[in-house]
Amino acid sequence: MKIIDNSNSPLNILDQVGLEPEGPVKGYVHSVESFGSVDGPGIRFVVFLQGCRMRCQYCHNPDTWNIGVGDEMTADELLDDCERYRAFWGKTGGLTCSGGESLVQIDFLLDLFTKAKARGISTCLDTSGNPFTRSEPWFSKFKQLMAVTDISLVDIKHINSAEHKKLTGFGNENILDMVQWMSDNHCDMWIRHVLVPERTDYDNYLSELGTYIQTLHNVQKVEVLPYHTLGVKKYHELGITYPLEGIEPPTAARVKNAEQLLHTADYTGWQSWTPDR
Amino acid sequence: MKQLDKEDIKTYWEGFTGGDWQDEINVRDFIQHNLTQYDGDESFLAGPTEATTVLNNQVLNLKKQEREAGGVLDADNKVVATVTSHAAGYLNKDLETIVGLQTDKPLKRAFMPFGGIRMAEDALEAYGYKADPEMHKIFTAYHKTHNQGVFDVYTPDMRKARHYKIVTGLPDAYARGRIVADFPRIAIYGIDKLMAEKAKDFANIGDGEMTDDIIKLREQVSDQYRALNDMKKMAASYGFDISKPATNAQEAIQWIYFGYLAAIKTQNGAAMSVGRIDTTIDAFIERDIKRGLLTEEKAQEFIDHLVMKLRMVRFIRTEDYNSLFSGDPIWATLSLGGMGLDGRHHITKTAFRFLKTLENMGAAPEPNITLLWSERLPEGFKRYATEVSISSSTIQYENDDLMRTEWGTDYYGIACCVSAQPIKDGVQFFGARANLAKAILYAINGGMDEIGETQVGPETEPIDSDVIDYNEFMKKFDVQAGWLADVYVNALNAIHYMHDKYYYEAAQLALKDTHLDYTFATGISGFSHAVDSISAIKYGKVHPIRDEKGVAIDFEVENDDYPRYGNNDDRADDIAKWLIKYFYNKMNTHHLYHGAKLSTSVLTITSNVVYGKNTGTTPNGRQKGEPFSPGANPAYGAEKNGALASLMSTAKIPYHYATDGISNTFGVTPNTLGHDDETRKDTLVNMIDGYMTNNGMHLNINVFNKETLIDAQKHPEEYPTLTVRVSGYCVYFADLTKEQQDDVISRTFFEEM
Repeated sequence: MKIIDNSNSPLNILDQVGLEPEGPVKGYVHSVESFGSVDGPGIRFVVFLQGCRMRCQYCHNPDTWNIGVGDEMTADELLDDCERYRAFWGKTGGLTCSGGESLVQIDFLLDLFTKAKARGISTCLDTSGNPFTRSEPWFSKFKQLMAVTDISLVDIKHINSAEHKKLTGFGNENILDMVQWMSDNHCDMWIRHVLVPERTDYDNYLSELGTYIQTLHNVQKVEVLPYHTLGVKKYHELGITYPLEGIEPPTAARVKNAEQLLHTADYTGWQSWTPDR
Repeated sequence: MKQLDKEDIKTYWEGFTGGDWQDEINVRDFIQHNLTQYDGDESFLAGPTEATTVLNNQVLNLKKQEREAGGVLDADNKVVATVTSHAAGYLNKDLETIVGLQTDKPLKRAFMPFGGIRMAEDALEAYGYKADPEMHKIFTAYHKTHNQGVFDVYTPDMRKARHYKIVTGLPDAYARGRIVADFPRIAIYGIDKLMAEKAKDFANIGDGEMTDDIIKLREQVSDQYRALNDMKKMAASYGFDISKPATNAQEAIQWIYFGYLAAIKTQNGAAMSVGRIDTTIDAFIERDIKRGLLTEEKAQEFIDHLVMKLRMVRFIRTEDYNSLFSGDPIWATLSLGGMGLDGRHHITKTAFRFLKTLENMGAAPEPNITLLWSERLPEGFKRYATEVSISSSTIQYENDDLMRTEWGTDYYGIACCVSAQPIKDGVQFFGARANLAKAILYAINGGMDEIGETQVGPETEPIDSDVIDYNEFMKKFDVQAGWLADVYVNALNAIHYMHDKYYYEAAQLALKDTHLDYTFATGISGFSHAVDSISAIKYGKVHPIRDEKGVAIDFEVENDDYPRYGNNDDRADDIAKWLIKYFYNKMNTHHLYHGAKLSTSVLTITSNVVYGKNTGTTPNGRQKGEPFSPGANPAYGAEKNGALASLMSTAKIPYHYATDGISNTFGVTPNTLGHDDETRKDTLVNMIDGYMTNNGMHLNINVFNKETLIDAQKHPEEYPTLTVRVSGYCVYFADLTKEQQDDVISRTFFEEM
């Protein structure tokens, strides 16, 4: 597969993926996973949507980067598949949209989540926030989306915008803006942070991020995700250079340190969280 | 003989709620009236007593010595094992609260020649022992064995099917096992009452009409009566009188164990189940606690000591047997929990106590702990069970709602590794598995065995076209599968006839009703490979590659994206459903011994490795000699949509046809279940609930990292108690053969990405 560099694509790339669709909106799906148990509350059916503009150095799914490719599916097709696993969801499980970056396909996502809620399926958005903008019509769609989203997993890649740009190709201003909006509007969220030695694993940045998260409302959980090397194989298969070659996963002690600086133990809302059905 | 009179009953049964059980042998009714449900969590449980720790270290040390000695610590070579053959044996008489060993010394293996003298001799030789020559003479010149009987009547086709391994694991040289005796009867009624009931039954069998079946049953009941009497003698050698009901919890457990001991002293079956004893024991414990006679510490100690005994059961096996069923298993399957027909759950504190043994004495493969799961079980128990699963990987879960409904009783136990059996009056004739993956190759090769290159199945025109035509294939498969069903079922008819004649399970059957319902339990191996191969032929284009003799030794598949079993894709899963029903109906056209009802299973224990070794490359891409996937698991690498999609495919196999069990072995890393302990428990509880709600029948759960296994293979001494669940049972990883360790390591582990 050829990786297309769409990092400089304007936001109106969305036009190419069906902003004004005929018939039902279709999504570009990379793959689905029937058993997601670390992708939001409970056991969840995870839809990996295709396409992301960021080029995170540690991304373990580079095969999901290209926009406008993948299996074309309607919301109902996906939900029919998803619903077959309802018996596994217990009180908290349901559907998670991940990627790629789900918000790249916001029209489809909105359709999918609206229909999911109508079927009584709990919805969870896994996002890096990168497509977020307050420009219209995007912002209105986002607000509609949040109305049908039970919880969001927001991955803050780096608290410092310059470092964020180095790590992902983009600054983080609009991401923190999104998080702020979600906080102000009482959207439930989990904050996740990937701990990468030599990239994010610095006490000053971690403390800064920890302090920032403390200012937010509705944070149910804060998770430190230790960087792992499981994605390396994919890079080799795709014939692209792996930017973190030689960097090892963080030690248990560093993970613990990060958890302390992010005050992860303080956020316990997730333990009793249930979706609004 | 003196029967219990009214006065006696009052003294022994005081403190229990009365019911029909007082007027007839009816353990289920006793449980119904004396069940104390427990809805709480595990916080009441007690840790090990000092005695338990001392004894357990002694057992672990013996196990270590046994491993160092090459697998067998000591073996008898001339005392033929019977209920009373050995003097009392102890681990540490002063500390044991539950006593009794199979022979006179711990871990010393008994000599059991009734199944077959050659098997008994070979087993001894495999470990450097030699059977007494006198024994050889007795069991060849004077006394026939089960094995001799079977081989006296086998047809050439049966010998061929056996030799070329299209049927493997026939119990024609050792005990068939798989009988769950109603051991609690001894505790509730005492042996005298059971003997009196058998005497009554005997008097009523046949009314003087001496037909074959009546003569047989009269002889069997006489054997049972004697076995009961022997149990009393054996117990007396340990200083106990079990003629009367148990008077307290310790005695109840001891009485039950003496019954089990009689079974394992006389039979070396490929499953020696303990059955379902938790609720009965709990009733005795509750009574003692109410009377102020027992503390939680002491109650736990009794359970720990019973379980310790179950961990020490041993049989001596041949190398062939060990390669089929690796890790020295005996399947002391212990069923816990379940729901009552009346809607009450059967979770008692004693179900918790049995799970606690894994913490108090460390993980161990035996007893084979089986949770009879229902979504309606109390949350506290579900969570504790999954906690134990996560820390020890020693539990299997079976669908109580499915089994209770299918079998029509809530008093059933797991008879083997996986299969249910009504305890009061059900018996299973089990044996072996038919290799359906091989049958696929026979269809392609005109009945020629692809490994032996010999005509084994019926000779038909081999499929010689460039692409295998689906319709032609199905016609030819029908011929081979029909032949296989015929040979297999009839070999089992011969085996069970001879087993009844030469190796009758008098002790176990003495503890069941006289008039029984029989099932004829067959099995299938190579299931997923057969399904995917049929799917490849149907939806892909399969080109056989033939050797110079014209035997298809490899396959090329165009359109490799044909549907595969394990993805919740109905196109493949419908083939799976069809195949089960089809082969069941093929087998069901035949006469079945003793008027038994046919059942089948899709479970392989560790035999998937040996079956695979003896089967050529299959059209689904599995290479010659590669292990089959275990039980009803999808083929390795076939699963593309994650764990639940895979489970959903297995759940579709209709239990009604495969009432002997549909086994799924699920491996998962801790981090895939969740990032913290509470989430991991939640995930497992929801996963099991979901699987069972969708009619999934059985689930082995292994929770560890692949790296742990790889390290354990390199440094077994550092992982002496690492246990893994394989299809239907549990083993110490270190006790598996290298090949089987590799198989477990290479199995699908659901990992987070």
